[in-house]
Amino acid sequence: MRWCPLTRWTSVTSADVRWIAVLVIALDTSTPAVTAGLVDLDEGSPRVLAERVTINPRAHGELLMPQLVDVMEEAGRGFADVDAIVAGIGPGPFTGLRVGLATAAALGQACDVPVHPVCSLDAIAAAAEVTGPLLVATDARRKETYWAVYDGATRVDGPHVACPADVPTSGCAVAAGELAEAVGLDAVEPRFPTPAGLVAAAALDADPEPLVPLYLRRPDAEEPGKRKSVLTR
Amino acid sequence: MSRDTGGVMSERIVLGIESSCDETGVGLVRLSADGRVELLADAVASSVDEHARFGGVVPEIASRAHLAAMAPTMRRALDESGLSLSDVDAIAVTAGPGLAGALMVGVASAKAYATALNVPLFGVNHLGGHVAVDTLEHGPLPERCLALLVSGGHSQLLLVEGVGEKITEVGTTIDDAAGEAYDKVARILDLPYPGGPPIDQQAKLGDPKAIAFPRGLTGPRDAKYDFSFSGLKTAVARWVETEQRAGRDIPIPDVCASFQEAVADVLTAKAVRAARDHDIDTLVISGGVAANSRLSELARERCAAAGITLRVPRPRLCTDNGAMIAALGAHVLHSGAKPSPLDMPANPGLPVHTIVVQ
Ligand SMILES: [Zn+2]
Repeated sequence: MRWCPLTRWTSVTSADVRWIAVLVIALDTSTPAVTAGLVDLDEGSPRVLAERVTINPRAHGELLMPQLVDVMEEAGRGFADVDAIVAGIGPGPFTGLRVGLATAAALGQACDVPVHPVCSLDAIAAAAEVTGPLLVATDARRKETYWAVYDGATRVDGPHVACPADVPTSGCAVAAGELAEAVGLDAVEPRFPTPAGLVAAAALDADPEPLVPLYLRRPDAEEPGKRKSVLTR
Repeated sequence: MSRDTGGVMSERIVLGIESSCDETGVGLVRLSADGRVELLADAVASSVDEHARFGGVVPEIASRAHLAAMAPTMRRALDESGLSLSDVDAIAVTAGPGLAGALMVGVASAKAYATALNVPLFGVNHLGGHVAVDTLEHGPLPERCLALLVSGGHSQLLLVEGVGEKITEVGTTIDDAAGEAYDKVARILDLPYPGGPPIDQQAKLGDPKAIAFPRGLTGPRDAKYDFSFSGLKTAVARWVETEQRAGRDIPIPDVCASFQEAVADVLTAKAVRAARDHDIDTLVISGGVAANSRLSELARERCAAAGITLRVPRPRLCTDNGAMIAALGAHVLHSGAKPSPLDMPANPGLPVHTIVVQ
């Protein structure tokens, strides 16, 4: 594993030098985009060596790993070279979301590297070139939206799940994410999490938080009511 | 990879991952050059308690539990075996049948482990795993045998002609699985979920001849090897309700014993008949319901009378686990099958004859 001092790509005082991983796999399956990328932090600022993004809400499980293999081949790197993994933890539709998280967790264990969770909306915000207040809105299905509000790169509200009409847009001029227009704001890029955004939003210099998905909804499950009679009168 | 001095592959370590229903399983086996398979580790995490108040497995709850349990269960299996991931030579995973969202967690994990470790991946059939697991306990199976799989999710009679090579379905349930009938009858009687153990317990105190419950699909014109348990469950409900309306106490042990007798009678009668008709002398019973005391007792009696060798893995191996998937993966690997592609989907309806996804 290779490491570089954090000071090389962000400004901290020399007394505060910490070391961070330099070759990072970024994965996200919280939206219809199946996202895989390899990011190098060695050159002062994050550099995307290769990435694959496919829009297909029904095939996260089929597409993610072949895409990642393509990424590694294009970048000419092996899994043994990887120093850390960054994974979007949603919020997002559950079945697809779990593909990215199961993949990230297994890669982390197999490569013996840390896996850093990132709120997928934070990754979108980090990649949006917006300095003022920003709303990020993605598709939660069932006619609802996942949303969060940012001031620069800092999340100031959310993530939440709500009807588009109930998303508070006052104070934000623009929105990023797949449902940017649906909440009635001017849309800016990106629509989906990007490898660069995921890595930018990750706290790579800290111990990783537990890799727990942001479901924001409880499972649909009903306790059985009283049994119906089988006797006809 | 472990090789002998001649450079020939002597023995290989196969890791199995199972996530088709409510158990997250990781197992490790050793495949010898002669095809023998030996159990090294078997770690299982179950979400059964989380489903209890719903009276059945809730798919989303199971899927969430699989994701949370996968890495810790992997850790436990490795610790149990004293091996590390770098010792693994092949990975097998349940590709189906099962719950879509649950399968997907295991399949995604297995793809990542196999890719990062640079070892072949085999997406295998869960039902074949229930058969293969017996070779961990009782050694190689004969060239042809019959398997009766009974659990909350399956009730099948399978003709096995090479556990890693050819499995065909001889009979199946046309409605409920046997274990499902247990769960529903338990609910009728206000017994806990899952219904198998409490009904088995109560049945030991009751009279199996007390109530004549129907034997589904046993008429002369019915499908010889298929099962039906829905009518039986309704008959129990009707009998119980009639007694309640008449103000009589329900003799729970007698109801359980009579219900259990009906299930065991049909399962064993059809299995023995299928074995005879196919000229087969070995029957394997596996799946969660295989642990049922009356089923195994009656199967023993009837197999002995028919000159059939009965093989039942210990209960721990009968229920869903990763060792059964590792075992099947080892047989598939030994047969020389091609690995599964990395874009392999999880297939909730994987047909039983597809032993490995190509
Ligand atoms: Zn099973």
